[in-house]
Order: sequence, then C-alpha cells, then structure tokens
Amino acid sequence: MKKIVKYVITDILRNKIVLVYTLFLLAASFSVFSLEDNSSKGLLSLLNIILIVVPLVSIIFATIYVYNSAEFIELLVSQPLKRKTIWLSLFTGLATSLSIAFFIGAGIPVLIYQANMVGLTMILTGVLLSIIFVAIAMLATVKTRDKAKGIGAAIMLWLYFSLLFDGFVLFLLFQFADYPMEKPMIAVSAFNPIDLSRILILLQLDVSAMMGYTGAVFKDFFGTYIGIAFSFSALFLWIALPVWYATRKFNTKDL
Amino acid sequence: MIIASNVTKQFGKLKALDNVSTICNKGECIALIGPNGSGKTTLIKSILGMVVPDSGFITFKDKNILHHWQYRDEIGYMPQIGRYPDNMTIGHVLNMMKDIRNKKTSLDEDLIKSFSLQGLLNKRMRTLSGGTRQKVSAALAFLFDPAVLILDEPTAGLDPVSSEILKDKIIAEKEKGKLVLITSHILSELDDLVTRIIYMQDGKLLFHKSIDDLRADTGEDKLSKAIARVMTK
Amino acid sequence: MKLYLLILFVVVCAPASSKTIKAGANEKYTTIASAINAAVTGDTVLVAAGNYKEHNLVIRTTIVLKGINYPVLNGEKKYELISIKADGVVVDGFKIIHSGVSSLEDISGIKVYDSRNIAIRNNILEDTFFGIYIQNGFNCSIENNQLTANNKEEQQSANGIHCWKCDSMRIINNKVTGHRDGIYFEFVKNSIIWRNVSTNNMRYGLHFMFSNDDTYVSNVFANNGSGVSVMFSNRIKMFSNYFEENWGDASHGILLKEISDGYMQGNHFNRNTSAIFMEGANRIYMTYNSFENNGWALKIQASCVDVVLEKNNFTGNTFDVGTNGSLVLNKFNNNYWDKYEGYDLNKDKIGDVPYRPVSMYSMIVEKYPPAMILFRSFITSLLDKTEKILPSLTPENLKDTAPLMKKAF
Repeated sequence: MKKIVKYVITDILRNKIVLVYTLFLLAASFSVFSLEDNSSKGLLSLLNIILIVVPLVSIIFATIYVYNSAEFIELLVSQPLKRKTIWLSLFTGLATSLSIAFFIGAGIPVLIYQANMVGLTMILTGVLLSIIFVAIAMLATVKTRDKAKGIGAAIMLWLYFSLLFDGFVLFLLFQFADYPMEKPMIAVSAFNPIDLSRILILLQLDVSAMMGYTGAVFKDFFGTYIGIAFSFSALFLWIALPVWYATRKFNTKDL
Repeated sequence: MIIASNVTKQFGKLKALDNVSTICNKGECIALIGPNGSGKTTLIKSILGMVVPDSGFITFKDKNILHHWQYRDEIGYMPQIGRYPDNMTIGHVLNMMKDIRNKKTSLDEDLIKSFSLQGLLNKRMRTLSGGTRQKVSAALAFLFDPAVLILDEPTAGLDPVSSEILKDKIIAEKEKGKLVLITSHILSELDDLVTRIIYMQDGKLLFHKSIDDLRADTGEDKLSKAIARVMTK
Repeated sequence: MKLYLLILFVVVCAPASSKTIKAGANEKYTTIASAINAAVTGDTVLVAAGNYKEHNLVIRTTIVLKGINYPVLNGEKKYELISIKADGVVVDGFKIIHSGVSSLEDISGIKVYDSRNIAIRNNILEDTFFGIYIQNGFNCSIENNQLTANNKEEQQSANGIHCWKCDSMRIINNKVTGHRDGIYFEFVKNSIIWRNVSTNNMRYGLHFMFSNDDTYVSNVFANNGSGVSVMFSNRIKMFSNYFEENWGDASHGILLKEISDGYMQGNHFNRNTSAIFMEGANRIYMTYNSFENNGWALKIQASCVDVVLEKNNFTGNTFDVGTNGSLVLNKFNNNYWDKYEGYDLNKDKIGDVPYRPVSMYSMIVEKYPPAMILFRSFITSLLDKTEKILPSLTPENLKDTAPLMKKAF
C-alpha cells in the first residue's frame, strides 16, 4: 500500500494543475491578508475561497485524475495486488497531495497572519474538506464509467453541496416557519460538510454572538466540546462512508 | 492451468461472454481469435480478474480466482494500449513494478536490453511514442519470468524489427514450458507461434483446437486462410 | 489641600453661624448619627475613617456630611444607609457597603426623598441594592461616584443610579457596574448625563422612560445585558456616547422605542448584536455616528417615521439595515457604507447609483431567524447579488440616494 501511495503522490505532485492550485491559493491568501486592513476580515474573505474553491478543485481534480488513471489502475489490477489496496492507495495519494497543496497554499499564510484558534480551525476544516471531496469524487467515478458523465456528476455534486443543499434548507425553513427550527437545523447541517465547516469557522470567528437567539443556540451547541466532537465526527463520517462504499463498489467493478 | 467454466458476462444488452468454457494448459501457446467485439479482451480481463463474470467461474491452478488475488503473481500481462502515469519515467515505471512485485528470483531483462530501453530510462511516459510504450509493456510482461503470459495485441504498433524480437521472445518462453495467451488481428504473425486456436464470435467460444487439427480440417496451411475458411463456412 | 478648600468654601458660603462637627472613634461624637443630630442647618459633619455600623442615617437638616479617607458605612445587609430628607444636603467621600435588600421599600445606599439641591459625590458604593436613589428631586448632582454590585439574578438586584420624578439633574462621571440597570430615569426632565461609564449591568446600561428634554454626552455603555433602552421620551439629545459589546439575544446598542424629536450625533456603536433598534420612533436626526462591526447596524421597524440618517459611517457590519415592512418613511442620505459597490464618474465623492442597505438575506433572517445558519454561505450571497440587480423583496424606497465614496469623517 505504502509503495503505491508513494507513486501516486509523486505523480500528482509533479502535476502542473496541483502546482497551479497551490500557487492560486498562495496568491489569494496573501493578497486577501495584505489587502484587508485587519486580518480577521482577511480570514472572512479567505473563508469564501475555502468553502467554494477547495471543494470544487478537490472534487474535479480527483475525478479527472481517477479517470485518467484508468489504464494505470488496470495495470495495477493485473498485478498481484488487492483491489482494496489499489483503491485506498489512490484515495490516500489524492487526499494527501491535495491536503498538502491546501496546507502550503492557504495554511502557511494563515499561520503567518492568524496563528490562533480561528486560523487553526480554518486549516483543519480546509484539509478535511479537501479529503471529503476527494472521497466524494472517488464515489462518483466508481459509479459512472463514462468520463464526461463522471465529471458532470462531480460538478453537480459540488453544486449540490455548495448551493442546492442550502437552497433546500432555505425552502425547509420557509415551510416550517411556525416551528422552532434552530435545533433541527443543527442536525440538517450535518448532512452537508461545507455547511458544517462554515459554521465551525464562523463560531470561532465569534460573529455568531451577534446573531441573537439563533446564533446563541448554535453557539450553545457547536461551541461546546460535545458540539465540536459531533461536528468533527460528522466530517470524518463524510470521509469514511464514501470511501467505504466506493471501495466496496470498486472491488466488483469491471475494468 | 487455467480453467474457465460456463463464464457469462453481460455489459448492458451486449453479451460479451456467453457460457464460455475452456482449458488452457502449460507449454501451450494459444491464439485468441475472433472479429472485433467477439469477447476476446473480455475473456482475458476475466482471467486477469479485471472483469468479474456474472456467472460461471475461472480457476487458476485449481483455485477460484475470485478471492485469490495472489495468483496474478504468476501472470505477465501486456495490455492492448499500455498507458502509464504521465509524469513517470520508464525507469520509475520499471522500478515501481519491481517494487510492487517484490520478486526475489532473478529478473528477465532480455527485452529491456533487446529493445534498448536502458537509454530511455529517464524519458517521461507522456513523451513516448505508442510503439515505445508497447515495448515498455512487453518488457514489463516478461520481466518477472511469470508462468503465464497474456498478450493483448502484442505486435500492434511495433516496428517490424521489434516485432520479430518479441516473437522470438514469445517462442523462447513457450519452449520453456510456459502458457502463452495471445490475441491478434494479424494472423500471419501467429503462424509460427501458436500451438492452439480459440475462436470466438459474439461472445461465444466457437472452437478450441490445436493448429494441426485446424489445418487438417480446413486443408489450408496458412492460419489466415484456414480462419477465413472457418468464417465463411 | 482639599480640606482647606472645603473649609474655605464652607466659611464663605455658609451662614456665619455654621460650624464643623467631628465624628469618629476618638472624637466627641463617636457615632455619625449623634453628630448629625447635633448639627443644625449649614453645619458640616466631618467623619473620620473607620467602620461604622449605624443602621440608617437620616439627614433632616441642610448639612454637609463629609467622610475623611472613606469611612465605611456597613448596612449589614439589613438597612438603608443614608436617607436624605432635607434640601441642600451634601454627601461626600463615603464608602457604603452591604445595604439591605427589599423590593418593597426600595432600600438604597443613599436615598433622597423629595428634596432639592442635593449633591452626592466621591462615594464608593459596594454591594448595595439600589445604589443612589433620587425620588422627586430637583437640581441635584450625582458626581464621581463608583457603584459596584455583584448581582447574578435580575429579580434580586436593583438599579445603580435611580432617578424618579426629577428635574434638572446632573449625573456626571460615575462608574456603575453589576447592577440591574446602570442608570435609570423615569419621569426625569431637563437633565444631563455626562461622562459616566456603565458596564456589565444585568439589564440596561441606561434605562430611560417618560423622560423629556434630557441630554447625554460622552458616556460609555458597554457589555450590558441588553445595552441601552430609551423609551416613551421626547426631545432627547445624545452626543459622543460609546455603545459597545452588547451581545446576545434581544440585545441592542440602544433601543429607541416611541421616541420623538431625538438628535444623535457623534456616537460610536461597536460590536453590538444590533447597534440601534428603533420602534415607533419619529423625527430622529442622526449624523456623524459610526457603526462598526455590529450584527445589524440599524434595525428600523416600519413604525418609524421621518428618521433621517446623514453622514454616518457604516463599516464592517454583518447587516447594515434590517426592517420588517415594505413601507419606508425614513430618509438615508450621504452616508458611507463599506459594502457600497457603486462608482463615482464625476468625481464629486458621491456615488452615482443609490445604495440599498437592506439585503435580501437580512430580510429572510428577520423573518426566519434560523436562516442564520446559512450566514456567509454561497446561496445567500448569490441571493443578495440577484436582489441588488432586481429588487423584489427588499423595500424599494429604502435606499441611500447619495452614498459617500469615502468615510464621512
């Protein structure tokens, strides 16, 4: 397993797209921090980048990479290797290299300008989002044979998590306006890793305290150790479940 | 050595393999022949475990391959189109394969030498021509001195000289008592190679006989003529 | 030096017959009560440092009661400490601790009953129920006092400086913390609140009801349970006050309810859940105020009429303006909004397109508070952007027609 991970990582890290992604993040983070007059405002701007760009790049890059590696995977499958090993190595390789790219691109500037709990939460959730969307991408690729369809599915998934899901939440809120929805909202947020990450970071930024009753309810939950434990377990489940299911599918997939 | 029993595989509406049963023994060089889309590659992939049959089973040395991935240690596979991670050099790929196989016994580097790949070790895979990739694929298939060789269109894209080198190598390996499975469209090439023929059409295995039987049946000396006979019959 | 000055003052101002009476462990009068009893109008009672447990001191003559080095008056959690029932009394320099607690009698550290021209200054009050309570006073000054309480529950606590039915009061440079309301005004008119610091009180830093023609200047109201509340009052002026860090459910920098003809200038609103919450406010003019880093800078209910905002700075607020209706009878003009994305072609430093400070998302949150969970999500910014281009939900008329390109001050 280690060997294949090593080869996948070296292959990806040589890829120009990952390099461009890293440089883009670097440029964006440094410019955000140097343009804004205070660095916590910079963090807020960076938040948008993390919540939109990181999932997008992770899911698209991972999808394309897996499709492009189809022959390589075939080659490996014809070797005396367990399929599970190959698939998990591919996942580990992709997740590691995208996390590294994120860490260098956004993590280091954040550490330079905002080495506090907010910054650390941001880096952690950014890394987790990278991994989660690689996992989701792997699920998308294993479910669809066709490359174009697969990439389409990846884009749709990204759109779903970053936009449609929230639209659905909004719709739900309108429909159940007469009920106290604060607590159900907490549960609903667990179904979207992007929402969960956003809330985790915003609570660290302390803007929530300004948001009246609702903010207080969220803070009471997500601000406690139980809430943080819940959020991170939910995020880890978002990695584990897609990977587990994709691996199961890959085990019996025809290549 | 390899036994396929009632193997059936369906892709959507297309029956790629329809109740295929056959036995391949060592020391044989078997040609898999049939028109495009007849299920040759699917059969090979089934043997390699890349395609999982809907029904039926395949055994390798009397073990069902479904749960024993280790059997692939004894197979050298040369795919129809060998594609490798773009950013790796030939050297990397060779080393990676050696790394993965982790084989203790000596390596068979004949083809690397005769294709003179040593000089190209630092070339990245994406810069290579199709022919050179085929050479790499071939070299990899033979590298670990496996008991079974599965070659999918081995000479496609190779220049005549390399083609000859590969053929010689195949013959040499067959002489050593290995099982060789070849698919090819260029039947004339197979004349002096193969000992047995498997003919497939529309996912069905039409016949599996020795080349001598085939010649006797059709009265043709050349394989290509003999097959043409069969097809028009 | 101060003492000499005081003596000089007393000598100059008091009638010729006035004298100074000393109280203290080593003096002729060992209790303050006996010294007060001995004093006649115009006398000064000087109290030496020490601990005094004298239950309730009642002052019924016009005297100056002055402590030297903060003599401690201990109410033992049972008594009101000083009750003033005469005009022109001065209470100066005491440390007043542990008053009794009774909502029935409104027990206080210092309480003034129906008197005029009282001065209460330089006192330290700790753990009192009401701190300084003026009931029906006229022309009184409360100056340089420090009031501290450590209350945990609103029911068990009372206000720091409490004025009821007063006229011409001067509340200057006091510090109030830990009470229910820091400063409380009810039926108080023609008064000034100047340079006070009211922080960490349970309910309001300043609570203001049915009080007309008052002015408050340069006060700091921070970290109070619900900020500042000004209700049912007319002609209030507010200058250069600081409203900060009032966070939480239903918490405001300042709540303006049923206020008419107010004037607000140069106030600073920093990090409040909502900086200003207005309900039924009429004819309020706001200018040169700065709103920074608030949840909502301004929540203006549809019941407000003729509120005018000119030349204010809005920076770093989550939402600039929130409202609950589509009817807008208020005016925004020449304010600076950091979220303004317009342009200024003729370089007159005024944006060429109007700014709409009410965002779609703020309307949604106003109606469905749990939508806050979508704060800063992609969809809400998308909604806001579309709404900016094609306004449909947000009130059409709520706009700053001439927004400033640079900060107003």
